[in-house]
Amino acid sequence: MMPDTRPVQDSRISAADRSDNFSDLHPPLDRHEALVEADRCYFCFDAPCMTACPTSIDIPLFIREIQAENPVGAARTIFEQNIFGGMCARVCPTETLCEEVCVREVAEGKPVKIGLLQRYATDTYMARATTHPFARAASTGKKIAVVGAGPAGLSCAHRLATLGHDITVYDARPKPGGLNEYGIAAYKTVDNFAQREVDFILKIGGIELVQGQVLGRDVQIDKLVDDFDAVFLGIGLPDTNDLGLEGEDAAGCIDAVDYIARLRQAGDLGALDVGRNIVVIGGGMTAIDIAVQTRLLGAENVTIVYRRGKENMNASVYEQELAQTNGVVIRHWTRPVGLTRGDDGAINGIGIEKTGLADGRLVGTGETMTLPADQVFKAIGQKFDPAPLGALGIALEAGRIRADATRRTSHDKVWAGGDCVAGGEDLTVASVEDGKIAAMSIHAALMG
Amino acid sequence: MADISANFLGIRSPNPFWLASAPPTDKAYNVERAFEAGWGGVVWKTLGEAGPPVVNVNGPRYGAIWGPDRRLLGLNNIELITDRDLEVNLREMTEVKKRWPDRALIASIMVPCDEESWKAILPRVEETGADGIELNFGCPHGMSERGMGSAVGQVPEYIQMVAEWCKKYSRLPVIVKLTPNITDIRYPARAAHAGGADAVSLINTISSIVSVDLDNFSPNPSIDGKGSHGGYCGPAVKPIALNMVAEIARDPQTAGMPISGIGGVTTWRDAAEFIALGCGNVQVCTAAMTYGFKMVQEMISGLSDWMDEKGYTSIEDFRGRAVPNVTDWQYLNLNYYTKARIDQDLCIKCGRCHIACEDTSHQAITHTVNGARHFEVIDEECVGCNLCVNVCPVEDCITMVELTAGTDPRTGCPVDADYANWTSHPNNPATREAAE
Repeated sequence: MMPDTRPVQDSRISAADRSDNFSDLHPPLDRHEALVEADRCYFCFDAPCMTACPTSIDIPLFIREIQAENPVGAARTIFEQNIFGGMCARVCPTETLCEEVCVREVAEGKPVKIGLLQRYATDTYMARATTHPFARAASTGKKIAVVGAGPAGLSCAHRLATLGHDITVYDARPKPGGLNEYGIAAYKTVDNFAQREVDFILKIGGIELVQGQVLGRDVQIDKLVDDFDAVFLGIGLPDTNDLGLEGEDAAGCIDAVDYIARLRQAGDLGALDVGRNIVVIGGGMTAIDIAVQTRLLGAENVTIVYRRGKENMNASVYEQELAQTNGVVIRHWTRPVGLTRGDDGAINGIGIEKTGLADGRLVGTGETMTLPADQVFKAIGQKFDPAPLGALGIALEAGRIRADATRRTSHDKVWAGGDCVAGGEDLTVASVEDGKIAAMSIHAALMG
Repeated sequence: MADISANFLGIRSPNPFWLASAPPTDKAYNVERAFEAGWGGVVWKTLGEAGPPVVNVNGPRYGAIWGPDRRLLGLNNIELITDRDLEVNLREMTEVKKRWPDRALIASIMVPCDEESWKAILPRVEETGADGIELNFGCPHGMSERGMGSAVGQVPEYIQMVAEWCKKYSRLPVIVKLTPNITDIRYPARAAHAGGADAVSLINTISSIVSVDLDNFSPNPSIDGKGSHGGYCGPAVKPIALNMVAEIARDPQTAGMPISGIGGVTTWRDAAEFIALGCGNVQVCTAAMTYGFKMVQEMISGLSDWMDEKGYTSIEDFRGRAVPNVTDWQYLNLNYYTKARIDQDLCIKCGRCHIACEDTSHQAITHTVNGARHFEVIDEECVGCNLCVNVCPVEDCITMVELTAGTDPRTGCPVDADYANWTSHPNNPATREAAE
């Protein structure tokens, strides 16, 4: 059989199918669907969903507002606690947060579709409202620098702006939004939603956004500390962990986070280089996202190699099933042991070894096999780079920034939140909450 | 198989389900479709006097309220009596009755409140072969402004007078349809009885404004920006109808007078409840207008299956069985104590029972026990009111359990097995006076 030499994607998937593949994962509820779904909410006392929400959104109240045909009021209830309510409605793992503890999940295995209702409210607001839901307090004259225009940074900036402070946000990338713009799976945030949401958040006023400013290169933290009344760091995790395998530098061994960023910014998804046989190493959301998206781009065989069991994966059961429904094979209890390369130097396979537990420790069993692979994606977590913190003496913990309950670092003018902070949950919604808590703490510190 | 046939005033029908006088019974086409679907009888849409027919609005006639998923709970209308020519109606009634001799066909009538008008129409109706007449004294909208409908039904003397004319000029059984838009339903019922009417039917629709359009501030249904009160019906009115039926059934002056029950009958269960309160049959409108005529098949099988389960062989076996149990508050047993019990296996921990009791009642349900979310009744505070049962989304999760011995933890009073009511209660001023 002659080898197929056509461009890597077009031989496998039509542009129309590809476009369809990257349409909305969960199509929004229409008005009637939202009303019917809202009616299912019991308006629980001290509602478990509200407790489970990292940003403590008053879920029963906003659902009741939807039910009473006031989606704009519902959205305001959401935004009061979480200005990224629109994105969180799309990307929150609701199955492990609010919907997991919904009393209807407990009772009948069918929780109220809180995420979709939240999206209905916030989408309705953003489509309808001509004004921002909140007004700024009188100017305090205080200036605060925020580094990183991701969920943590913008959440912090928005809350501070609302309180009357003036904010300058420095962001390393060409566009604001952080992982909302560069990291989240494309089918979860279609129609340029991340940018539309940033525009919406900035409508509060008092936030100046400066793009292309890398901390440690273009802006220096000691200068920020001197020039501003307070500094918030929401700088995320810039580096991806290496596999520690020989041949990792080959072109076919790819940082999943980088690839997803390219995918999110690609004008033409058909131009992306997609292998036929793909192996993804990792067990978190990034592993699932890269696996599913490469399948949707036309990869023929996608296998996730994860060193422990299903229950140990950071990706929720729902996400694992999403991958499996999309034809991704998840091999639990396996780990990579070596990359194989062809005569041209390109990766053509990966050796994997079965793993097991011995005295509670993960060990290789010695049983190995080779999977064909023209692309291997690294998705085994990201790490913090402390270099941009300079000599300010900001303390670290477990390789990330140490912050107290109010998200204040060891430096009394510097707060931090989101993925760059130790103990973070690597969730958009947790980053939003970090930013909010930090803002309240900064406000309290500055205003006495 | 239970026999669900009904004999109301000697009018036989294969089942007790009649269509009420309303749009579904306005012409032969609809009525024959209803009979084909299985309805036991119809009350033909109200006939007016000969001459130019009434006219209806040419805009919307109905307004509604809905429950979840737009389940229609209440409907109101501003439609008038038939707007078809009297002769056409009489001819079609004659033809339909001939073709469907085993089904009940009743003529509803509304003509001006003078003897000549009634004298003129009654023989014409009798000629059709109709099994009886129903006097529409209930319509609260439109016709009442012209001295008919509820304008008559609200004046007991008029009811008696017209009933007497009908008995005088017709051999047909006379059913007086009562309006609920009155303070005490027993007065018009007594008047119908005194006038010689054979039966009453109730309730007609309730005067209502179903909603207000908050954009143009017009009541709904809106006719060019204005609205008029309409007549309210459907599931929402059933409790009002049941009470009025019961009041008549247990009134010594009207006890035993046949009643045709109307008001929100939607399922066999609703029908059985009306019959248990003494009704000889029921009339249905809104349910048919919502779901079409086929719904009667559920009523037929449901009533029959329930009767089989209970061992009732005929409607008469259970008709009126609930009437002796309707009493005045003063005769309720004050020695009957209940406490709410929450089945912890069924509880889904929504907390609605707690917040309802805590905010609005007696602070008798916990929300936390030993640091855990837990809803449990505090007997020392529970008055047995049943609110928690009603707000609980899980059926049978909370039940009321009778205390049969010991003391009530709330009052410290011993539970007395003997019946005792307000009339003999020491706090009753009348009792105190008697003792003095």
